[in-house]
Amino acid sequence: MRALILAEHDNAALRAVTRNVVTAAVQAAGEADILVVGSGCAPVAQQAKAIAGVGKVFVADAPHFADALAENVAAQLVALAGKGYSHVLAPASSFGKNVLPRAAAQLDCAQISDAIAVIAPDTFARPIYAGNAIATVQCADPIVFVTVRPTSFAGAADGGSATVESVAAVADLGVSRFVGREIAKSDRPELAGAKVVVSGGRALGSAENFKLLERLAQRLNAALGASRAAVDAGYAPNDWQVGQTGKIVAPQLYIAVGISGAIQHLAGMKDSKVIVAINKDADAPIFQVADYGLVADLFQAVPELIEKLG
Amino acid sequence: MAGTVVAVLRVGPKNETIGTPMKVLVCVKRVVDYNVKVRVKSDQTGVDVANVKMSMNPFDEIAVEEAMRLREASLATEIVAVSCGVSQCQETLRTALAIGADRAILVETDAELQPLAVAKLLAALVEREQPQLVILGKQAIDDDANQTGQMLAALRSMPQATFASRLRLADGWAEVTREVDGGLETISVRLPAVVTTDLRLNEPRYVTLPNIMKAKKKPLEIVSPAALGVDVAPRLKTVKVKEPPQRQAGIRVPDVATLVTKLRDEAKVIS
Repeated sequence: MRALILAEHDNAALRAVTRNVVTAAVQAAGEADILVVGSGCAPVAQQAKAIAGVGKVFVADAPHFADALAENVAAQLVALAGKGYSHVLAPASSFGKNVLPRAAAQLDCAQISDAIAVIAPDTFARPIYAGNAIATVQCADPIVFVTVRPTSFAGAADGGSATVESVAAVADLGVSRFVGREIAKSDRPELAGAKVVVSGGRALGSAENFKLLERLAQRLNAALGASRAAVDAGYAPNDWQVGQTGKIVAPQLYIAVGISGAIQHLAGMKDSKVIVAINKDADAPIFQVADYGLVADLFQAVPELIEKLG
Repeated sequence: MAGTVVAVLRVGPKNETIGTPMKVLVCVKRVVDYNVKVRVKSDQTGVDVANVKMSMNPFDEIAVEEAMRLREASLATEIVAVSCGVSQCQETLRTALAIGADRAILVETDAELQPLAVAKLLAALVEREQPQLVILGKQAIDDDANQTGQMLAALRSMPQATFASRLRLADGWAEVTREVDGGLETISVRLPAVVTTDLRLNEPRYVTLPNIMKAKKKPLEIVSPAALGVDVAPRLKTVKVKEPPQRQAGIRVPDVATLVTKLRDEAKVIS
């Protein structure tokens, strides 16, 4: 068995989630290759070839791959996936979720989404109903397509020396165009991979008040997160949303500030190692999953916390 | 249909499509209601959905609402709502009709439907109905698969714009802003296309009683997977379903000072 992994990157750097997928792929298939689809993406291939456990790195480099449009990337993946691979995997990120089902359907294969454990080469565990149940799912198709929840697998380290091979780029399908991107520039760690996350809920009351959390995040070198309610209210940008339909995080420390703890939010953070909840409602469900709960007014507790952390 | 005529006659600021029919297909799934906490069955064969409140998948409500807004802007002329599943999905379709869809199609089956099978059923209906735009929720809140829209787009060789937070139509293309991991990304896809909705695309309207009454009179067609020539046999086998590991509630700390001490000395997660 041999797995093909679709690399996630920005043409300059491989995104770390790809390393988590390598771990899952090796567990499932034993051997794994990586496909890098991009434009001017040679540095990405160099990073990918150094990952331990990777056999070959294939690179499809063409201008029409610059912005990872799903139609072109899926077509490239399909062109390679049919060449004897037992598995095709990608991270369960906005990139992987966008591209992989398209490729799977083109090859008349099902997909297992958001795998959290490899049970057998064709069998994976995955959460359903916002993580309120874990299903063990077996795939009967000739190629097993899987998106992998990055926080459930350790990232494969460097130590490999894969060969890099160019593959012919498929033609530009010309049915989609990239227009623009609004990506927040931040000195904060990336939410999905941060060791500490400070998250705020609707109780913050305004975007202005979220700055209080920024100070706490600054002190802890934490990423900032938010509940859906806070994002819907416009207090925080969409890419901060933690939960069933947002980002899944599993940091060493998750500090939930003014978040009540709807099941949809818990689905995104309950695998965190240590959870702290600060909420003035003593009955808030967040306290049922918190290791340390502080019933307090966040506008007093958070400044005091920043001060005591020094 | 009355609704169609009204839309065609309406003269709005962006009425470039007047005279050009623009059909929108919206796909809606009947799921366990958002507020229900499901229980795993003791025999581990699945979750218990007997006597549980069912509703339209929230992302699909956003899809129907978006189709309505396109029609209100004179950009869409007909809205067809589609659902696949058991007979009770008619209720979900009636909700879509009450929001404002013109007619509905149920692909009725008692079989377990997985995303690839649903995508094939929808692809067959897209071939029959020839819509310019198909709008679906990005994921259903029961299986959390996030696949059907992308698979449908693949099967019909249509472009896709997933996780949409804004949609604009012009000159035969849809410009869509997408919610992606780093923020927002805008792409343009040639019609006909598939769009899947994210949370911030719109806020669905409330269904009013008069519209519920009107919806009862709107046409609802029922077809079978066989009539569409689609094999819906599952490809994935659910071996078992179990409870997730339960997290134990920890302790309450009396004040911030205690919290800091605990995090530093007990949990050792801060320095």
